[in-house]
Amino acid sequence: MNQEKIVLLIAIVLFCAFSLFLNGFTSAGNLLTLVRGVSTLGILGVGMAILIIGRGIDLAIVAIYAMSAGWTLHLANGGIPIALAMLIGYLFALSAGVINGVLIAYVEVPALFATLGMASFVYGFARYALVPLYVVYMPEAASGIAWIGNGFMFGVPVPILFFAFVSLLGFAFLHFTKPGRFVYAMGDNFAAARMSGAPVRPMIVLQYAISATIAYLAGMITATAVASMNTNIANSSMIYDVILVVVLGGIGLSGGRGGVRNVVVGTLLIGILLNGMTIMDIQYTLQDVIRSLVLLIAIVIDSLVNPRDEQTAQQGDI
Amino acid sequence: MKIKNTLTAVAAILSVLGIADLSIAAGIDDPRRADYFKTFEGKTVAFVPVTMGIDLTDGWASVLQAQADDLGMKFVIRDPHFSADAGAQAITALISEKPDVLIVHNPDIQSYAKLLKRAEEAGIHVIQVNMRSNYNSDAYVGADWIGIGEAETQAVIDRCGAGTSQKIAILQGQPTSGSDSGMMKGAENILSKHPEIKVVANQGADWDATKARTIIATVIQQNPDLCGVVGFWDVMDLGAAAAIKESGKKIALVTSGGGEQMACDNVEKGVFDEEIAYPVLDQGHALAVMVQTVLQSGEPAGKNKFVIYTPSVRITKETLHPGLCWSAASIKKN
Repeated sequence: MNQEKIVLLIAIVLFCAFSLFLNGFTSAGNLLTLVRGVSTLGILGVGMAILIIGRGIDLAIVAIYAMSAGWTLHLANGGIPIALAMLIGYLFALSAGVINGVLIAYVEVPALFATLGMASFVYGFARYALVPLYVVYMPEAASGIAWIGNGFMFGVPVPILFFAFVSLLGFAFLHFTKPGRFVYAMGDNFAAARMSGAPVRPMIVLQYAISATIAYLAGMITATAVASMNTNIANSSMIYDVILVVVLGGIGLSGGRGGVRNVVVGTLLIGILLNGMTIMDIQYTLQDVIRSLVLLIAIVIDSLVNPRDEQTAQQGDI
Repeated sequence: MKIKNTLTAVAAILSVLGIADLSIAAGIDDPRRADYFKTFEGKTVAFVPVTMGIDLTDGWASVLQAQADDLGMKFVIRDPHFSADAGAQAITALISEKPDVLIVHNPDIQSYAKLLKRAEEAGIHVIQVNMRSNYNSDAYVGADWIGIGEAETQAVIDRCGAGTSQKIAILQGQPTSGSDSGMMKGAENILSKHPEIKVVANQGADWDATKARTIIATVIQQNPDLCGVVGFWDVMDLGAAAAIKESGKKIALVTSGGGEQMACDNVEKGVFDEEIAYPVLDQGHALAVMVQTVLQSGEPAGKNKFVIYTPSVRITKETLHPGLCWSAASIKKN
């Protein structure tokens, strides 16, 4: 019984309880709303998972998500065609990711510090030089891309399809490609991976480029879903939520373990909780308390069922 | 004789000149004028917003900066960037720097209350703008939140009378903020008079459009016959609007905000049915007047307890006209 199963169990128990006691919880419409509400979080979670499995972390992912999408809208507001604005916005996100990777791989700055600095830099620089306003609205001219956040395909909201698509791609990358296997090797034992010939430095750059790409996609989904981008989200606690769905699902911060499935399980638990509490009309502050309690319970059960000892502990375990 | 004539002539000319002189100099000096300018010369006005870069704070700051330039005052902004900690530090630092007036935009009713008291004890006039704290300082200038909450709720109820489901949802921001608690009180005032109205959801979305979207989408799933939504901030309520649009239902959405161009555009497009706006530039001018008032009063800091509720404006399809809203982008360019 690992943490993934524990969290899945809690999710199933909550799901059954809500289905029994909450009217309309299991309606197709509500279930779609439920998954849709957490799909951006899940997409960012997949990006973060690929890094954490390789024993990295990207604290800049939310800043990149907010500022690159914000700049895209700002450029479009200035009359630049939306396709070009998206390309520029994406290049901005990508360069932030690549710089992160280079700092970590070649300059050998610890990932925690490099990405923490990058998060402030991306936010500060973009606010100073690129996006003067704190909330950027989507211009009329950009309505051609509104489907990204608002559309339906086969009766399913497009953001959910993106979540499924990114999850599948992430799964395929981690399991069926050589770089994907390197990620596990690096997370498990970095020195051994390096000595056995894995191109660890380019791999690190690739990982951060992937997470920046995923961040940009998630940013455009959010921006088109609410026809605006609130760049202050870069300063919010969202980055903790992203790490949370990854860790909650059972991906250890020490790397080398877990997969996309864990992210999906963690994301669904959060989604079920949020949706159920909204239906029950529980107050905002109390929602926070309940949410953190459920998370603590999951972690406590995990350490009771899987106690840490010398055999299970890994070097670099946090 | 000749001399006398000459003298008379000279005198006449002089007197004519004199009269002419008098009529040219008919302007009368205002004895208070010099004092007026002297009162402000070299004074310092400090501003601690919740953050810069939002329509509200940028709007106020532009008016205050213009006033400071005009009157030879120094206007300083300490931007804590949404961090209550950084804001508290900024105020602490300002207390020792002793500006003459400190304008504070509180993130919630508690965080700065003690500091504001200390600032006044140190002789700094403290003006709180739009979001008040528990401590009543020299002055509060800003929206009448209770009035806005009442107007918003009434506007939704007007659209959800007999013949509809009479079910409404309330979408708060952050319940601990001064604006939120006021608007909620206003909503309660109106709801207590309308027992027929059912509040099916009362949720906070943390001023975040994405959260607002998810919450309202869930509420609509749960109550497909929802009639109206009372939203507490237009920027956040764009998310509620997206959820309503997706549901394909006709659900009334009334919001409040700073009356920026975005609000007028969205009322015109039918995204919002109505916005109760607190025009930001008017608030800026009220602030500027209050700065002059406390500096001229000669009273020590903390002696007066002024309140100015800035008037609110209803933005609906009927009241829309060019110039009703203001543009944050144009202020930014200046």
